[in-house]
Amino acid sequence: MERTIDCMGMACPLPVINAKKAIEAFTEDGTLYIKVDNETAVQNLTRLGEHNGFVVSSTRDGEKAFTVTMAVVAGVAKAAAVPAGALSCQTPAGGKVVVLSADTMGTGDEKLGKKLMKAFIFALTSQDEIPAKVICYNTGARLTTVDADTVRDLKILEAAGTTVMTCGTCLDFYGLKEQLQVGIISNMYDIVEAQMTAALVIRP
Amino acid sequence: METNARLTRLASCAGCGAKVGAGTLASLLGDFRTRTDPKLIVGFDKSDDASVYVVNDETALIQTVDFFPPIVDDPYLFGQIAAANAISDVYAMGGEPKLALNVMCVTEAMEEAWIREILRGGYDKAYEAGVIISGGHTIRGSEPLYGLAVTGFARPDQIRRNDAARPGDALILTKPLGVGILATAAKAELAGASLMDKIYRQMATLNRDASRAMQRYRVHGCTDVTGFGLMGHGCEMAQGSGCTLHIQVGKVPFHPEALEMADMGLVPAGAYRNRDFAEGSTRIRGSVSRAMQDILYDPQTSGGLLIAVDERDADALRKEIPGAAIIGYVTEREEWSIVLEA
Repeated sequence: MERTIDCMGMACPLPVINAKKAIEAFTEDGTLYIKVDNETAVQNLTRLGEHNGFVVSSTRDGEKAFTVTMAVVAGVAKAAAVPAGALSCQTPAGGKVVVLSADTMGTGDEKLGKKLMKAFIFALTSQDEIPAKVICYNTGARLTTVDADTVRDLKILEAAGTTVMTCGTCLDFYGLKEQLQVGIISNMYDIVEAQMTAALVIRP
Repeated sequence: METNARLTRLASCAGCGAKVGAGTLASLLGDFRTRTDPKLIVGFDKSDDASVYVVNDETALIQTVDFFPPIVDDPYLFGQIAAANAISDVYAMGGEPKLALNVMCVTEAMEEAWIREILRGGYDKAYEAGVIISGGHTIRGSEPLYGLAVTGFARPDQIRRNDAARPGDALILTKPLGVGILATAAKAELAGASLMDKIYRQMATLNRDASRAMQRYRVHGCTDVTGFGLMGHGCEMAQGSGCTLHIQVGKVPFHPEALEMADMGLVPAGAYRNRDFAEGSTRIRGSVSRAMQDILYDPQTSGGLLIAVDERDADALRKEIPGAAIIGYVTEREEWSIVLEA
């Protein structure tokens, strides 16, 4: 297949984002042409292509017009936002583990933090790769019990194969044990083991 | 306060990445008629962080201005970062900042509450630095901009120029590199919120403690690492001092997440400009990965100080500045301005 995307007039990082999305949409091997108007974009797109192991070339079509050509191999596009090093390793059996240690995300205003946490869990459901496990402890226990939004999204993850674990001690402490809506009740031994054997532990 | 401001959407470049390259600047300002004054001991010809005018034996006046488009969506944080960045030039000269003027451009799309938050960030950071904001100038335009024109003072013997490194000095860098690349990744929504929290806090951190610590040791040269990156500012230090800087790449502090982002092509345009400027004066001994080189050329917003200090004092000074590292040493001038040692 062949595809051309027009990134004229776009400053970095937009051409890279658009090219990355286009690469991920390739279902068979093919060629991706990207039209850009600045050399920074040419260099960054070349980096992106080479990072994925593709053959990349570029031509200058005018004073401010370039075409970057990538021979895309379908299905090899590398994930982003994974710490350096993780990519080169074989994924250990433990997979990716998301640890939700509170019902808020980040430090700052509590209302904002709760909003961010809801958005984070929702965004998790739309990722290409879902986590192997989600572990909830301390006020994170509210996410599997009394918060209807996060319960709904965690159920989507569970249905897709994620193991959702909530700390039993925490459920007891907050009096939420009877209200568990999704996943299983877990203990410190399992929580430690899940993190120790994980390929990657993600703490939002 | 909680805002849904997406300030960076209104900007075409991120922070110090917007800076015009050092090479371009030199040719722009090349041949204008200017007056000379022996009391102006640091002027444009020196490519230093701020200008310095000696008022009398006790007092030198330090002046600088810095502003840029939003590097972060949160207006309050943007204000703090822009102010810390502008004030930093005074600290890099060894001075104490005292007065500042707001420099601001606002757009039609900006809500009044955002503008107020940007200014609140600037005032809070100025307060922390002991600076009085005594006025300013705000215009309407097509892109948001904020910064400060800052005035500071020092005893003339406390001034630390960027062209005074000496052979035998050790080089200290006080903040980790990579924030330009990570800000670009954040714009692409590929850098996590907790990582960027840490990065923005680093940018909003004043170089005050590092600057004051420096006065207690035999420091010869100093500059802050901002838009031209470690390599651009390092080149200026080497050329101005008539020395060669040897940078031991393995000792340079940086944010490891930036390596992966650079490999993916999330490198700001400023890093390429900095490479164009400094690469011809640089020799690489051994092998330094392309991504690591990008980090060395990466434009920094409100970056740390690069300090050339008598080698005997280096360890003691480093220990006084949290996060600082000894990253290399200075020799007599060799063929190259900078030698990167893998």
